[in-house]
Amino acid sequence: MVRNPSNRTQFRPDDHDAEHFLLTTVVGSYPKPTWLSTVKELSEDSGAAFDDAALAEAYDDAARVITHEHERAGLDTVVDGEMRREEMVEYFAHRIPGYEFNGPVKVWGHNYFDKPSVVSEVDYDEPWLLDEFEFTASVARKPVKVPITGPYTLARWSFNEAYDDTESLAYDLADLVNEEVKGLVDAGARYVQIDEPALATTPDDHHIVGESMERIVDGISENVRICLHVCYGDYSRIYPEINDFPIDEFDVELCNDGYEQIDVFRNPEFEPDLALGVVDVHDAEVESVAEIKRNIQQGLKVVSPDRLTVSPDCGVKLLPREVAYQKIANMAQAAREVEAELDAGEIEVAAPQR
Amino acid sequence: MTELVATTPGLFPLPDWAKSELSELKGRQKVDLISGDESDQVVSAYGRARAEVVDDQFDAGLDRIVEGQLRWDDMIAHPLAVHDNVETGRISRYYDNNNFYRNPRVVGELTPSGDVAADLSAALELFDDAAPLQAVLPGPYSLTDLATDEHYGDDRGFLSAVADFLADEVESFPSHETLFLLEPSLVANPPNDDLAAAVPEAVDVVAGATDADVVVHTYFGALDEKTYAHLMDAEVAAFGLDLVADDREQTVYNAVEYGVTGDVALGVADGQNTLVESAETLRERAEWFTEQVPAADFGTVYLSTNTETFYLPVNRHRAKLSALATAAGLDREVVA
Ligand SMILES: [Zn+2]
Repeated sequence: MVRNPSNRTQFRPDDHDAEHFLLTTVVGSYPKPTWLSTVKELSEDSGAAFDDAALAEAYDDAARVITHEHERAGLDTVVDGEMRREEMVEYFAHRIPGYEFNGPVKVWGHNYFDKPSVVSEVDYDEPWLLDEFEFTASVARKPVKVPITGPYTLARWSFNEAYDDTESLAYDLADLVNEEVKGLVDAGARYVQIDEPALATTPDDHHIVGESMERIVDGISENVRICLHVCYGDYSRIYPEINDFPIDEFDVELCNDGYEQIDVFRNPEFEPDLALGVVDVHDAEVESVAEIKRNIQQGLKVVSPDRLTVSPDCGVKLLPREVAYQKIANMAQAAREVEAELDAGEIEVAAPQR
Repeated sequence: MTELVATTPGLFPLPDWAKSELSELKGRQKVDLISGDESDQVVSAYGRARAEVVDDQFDAGLDRIVEGQLRWDDMIAHPLAVHDNVETGRISRYYDNNNFYRNPRVVGELTPSGDVAADLSAALELFDDAAPLQAVLPGPYSLTDLATDEHYGDDRGFLSAVADFLADEVESFPSHETLFLLEPSLVANPPNDDLAAAVPEAVDVVAGATDADVVVHTYFGALDEKTYAHLMDAEVAAFGLDLVADDREQTVYNAVEYGVTGDVALGVADGQNTLVESAETLRERAEWFTEQVPAADFGTVYLSTNTETFYLPVNRHRAKLSALATAAGLDREVVA
């Protein structure tokens, strides 16, 4: 059962002029400023006299810069571009008792990942993202969204030495995510995105993700917007099942293959709000505002405008920074122009009206 | 009397220093991957890495030594990925893993390349006859399955061309004791009815190019009955079977129902999990299979990881090699 998608109205800016409101957001990661990598290298060099306090300051600076970059691009909700995170599984595994690291493994070519091993029951120790959220919220003028790697992906993309199967590990991790989300909500978070890219590889496990979501939202107020992001897969393998998930919003990529799969979501009727990828994160060519407007209208085949969120297909961290910025800025402008055209009655909505 | 032989299907992880050195030298993008005409510096780095993984196998006490296939950026699609008449297309997912390879598009005739033979010769130079060399190639079906044909036209013709190509490669191999043909696609994406009968013929073409013992090594689960039954027509020394996968009962069923080769390779150590099995556990897994297939009196039982080991961090990969060697050495006479 979907939760309470209408909680999106809290993100409508007070000075929003148009009658229609398309919520604009991002999936999470953003290119790091070049100096941040240099600073990190310095901090690992014992001769460089660059201490942990200096590194912490650098992370804060980077998070502040990128949060403001998102605001300048015109987004309604922002993130810090995950400046403090290197990799979506490693970051969390380092903070969860029960995990250990043995060294890098190949992903493809010469790209490696410190794939962790679960060697004993996982546990909750210190908060994972509280400092990141509190800092970002303190420097942001817009509401802050918090992306969290989902329990199924944390389970699938680890070596499992300790649990009978991925499912039981995922559920234990989901309970930890629930604890983390509760802490974030207490600190003021109102928009949480659970990232489950691993589901695209093994779509038959959708029931594990569904049950994990039940655990994650247990005791979480319906005013908190819960989004689920799944990317680069065959969505027909997990739809309409996701209609039963306890979420407010389902975030998909579809831009990169020209909306070939959009019809998957038209029948049966889409239950949560749709967050639609409208710029490609693997193509360094910046889409024009006109092109993005056409992409946004693909979403109107599935949901009415009051249920449509627009975002890039996925995290943009692999793009050059100026390209990432321009794509997001064009996306925000395109959303505003589509809203104006909707207000003027110039756009027809193909989605079923509720 | 059964001989226990500790070995692996190859495709090892690069030593960590080589991961860094080669990513610096080659780069990290798609265009930077191996092409077959590497610079002297890259050749040198791979040479040092090869020497290290050969030493690792001697240190572990394995009974067969593989070259390690460290250059195989595209995993078992490598022999095509470096071919002159093949273009490397989009990045594709490698089976159900979170790994990716360049999909090879065959756009011209698959002439002999000698790429794999050169690596095997370089390995053999390191240890001569101090231990038996084991060659590793993709099986013809899996290589066909991982590639895209834009030259030969139909599935059977392409399979047969790939088999001929692999046979040509084997012809130029230095002397080797064993040849592992890796055939995960027989499990992961089994051949249709039309192609299933052509698979054993294709395997025979490759196997016919060597005097070595040929093992058709399957993994990522059990073969389906029909594919298994067809594969029994292949004239090879051994099947390699995955005893780690959850559906291993199906593997026993196949062997009991349709028979099995005179030798057998048993994937008893998990090539995709850092949990290091004890030698005793590995032997129990092997016996779990051999005792349920009573009709067979196996000449050789190879004890192996089920999959390639590049999925693992180096320390766990090495620990698995040691465990396999120890398992094969545990009171050998009891099994005999
Ligand atoms: Zn994504």
